[in-house]
Amino acid sequence: MKSVFVTVGTTSFDDLIATVCSPAALQVLQSRGCEKLVLQVGRGALDPALLGSPDAAVEVEAFRYKESLAEDLRRADLVISHAGAGSCLETLEKGKPLIVVINEKLMNNHQLELAKQLHKDGHVLYCNCSTLVETLQSMELSTLKPFPPGQPEKFALFLDQVFGVQ
Amino acid sequence: MEPLLSVAFLLLPLLLVPLALLARRRRSRRTPPLSLLVVAGSGGHTSEILRLLSCLSESYSPRHYVFADSDTMSEAKIHSFEQKRAETFPNSQFTLDRIPRSREVRQSWASSVVTTLYSMLYSLPLTYRRKPDLILCNGPGTCVPVCISALLLGLLGIKRAYIVYVESICRVETLSLSGKILYYFSDYFIVQWPNLKEKYPKSVYLGRIV
Repeated sequence: MKSVFVTVGTTSFDDLIATVCSPAALQVLQSRGCEKLVLQVGRGALDPALLGSPDAAVEVEAFRYKESLAEDLRRADLVISHAGAGSCLETLEKGKPLIVVINEKLMNNHQLELAKQLHKDGHVLYCNCSTLVETLQSMELSTLKPFPPGQPEKFALFLDQVFGVQ
Repeated sequence: MEPLLSVAFLLLPLLLVPLALLARRRRSRRTPPLSLLVVAGSGGHTSEILRLLSCLSESYSPRHYVFADSDTMSEAKIHSFEQKRAETFPNSQFTLDRIPRSREVRQSWASSVVTTLYSMLYSLPLTYRRKPDLILCNGPGTCVPVCISALLLGLLGIKRAYIVYVESICRVETLSLSGKILYYFSDYFIVQWPNLKEKYPKSVYLGRIV
């Protein structure tokens, strides 16, 4: 599990960034083989340039946004993400193991519905900031089920049928 | 002239909404090509709707995209999608239009009604101009004024546009606000999770389609 990618999408989720950069988390990550930690911090208050330290065992790289996270997702062996649907689905479609971290400071967050269902169906691990380190310690990524892609062809077929298009 | 007409049309819904519910019953086949009005919305909504369009044949053409003027990301995504499509279908046609945003996330009820009515001053002439055969939307607030405009044009016998609403994949247990409204006014209401099919029996469940 060499490379770990953390993403908060277009939101601000400083608790997650702080938790993942804490000595406890870095220690667990290192013990599980992590050599590099890449953080996408979005609108967060924490300055990306100040995260991580040059002599740490785990190399830390941070940025706010990129036009596309496809490359970072591709390079990752594990993804830790906020519960945003776009982040979750993009990660699962690339076949990457995913830990979804709930932001308890967001109220009435309907995005939780998707994260909960994905967890229920066995596609993701699910925790909050206070249980993240424990989750990293005990996780068995091989138990996660692959996420089959959606089928837009079924939608096309449906429209063709109802509107009589051959 | 157009703004005056729009204001006049806005008074009609109070009297004619019950009739809309009756008018919905008639279903008739259309001969292709079918023009599409596609309502795009901030970020995720646009990505989802472009995926929905990805397997449609050229029978669904031209595609008229509509999105909120405050949306900065949809236009680039749409261009990218259509460019790629033109590689397979060189005569592919599409247009882009913007209307004022009808509701910000978590905006209050009262002010949402006002801003939606304001958006309708734009969506009504736009829908009249484009006269689509089909309207496709998946939940951003922008779809409400567009769909109400289409209903009005249908009632007035100007154009009967079929409304196909696909609830976002994010919605597993509950419908979005747009979904709750359009469940009663769309021709086809598609959900992507079985729980919603149970709660909303008139919906169509095709599994995950994005």
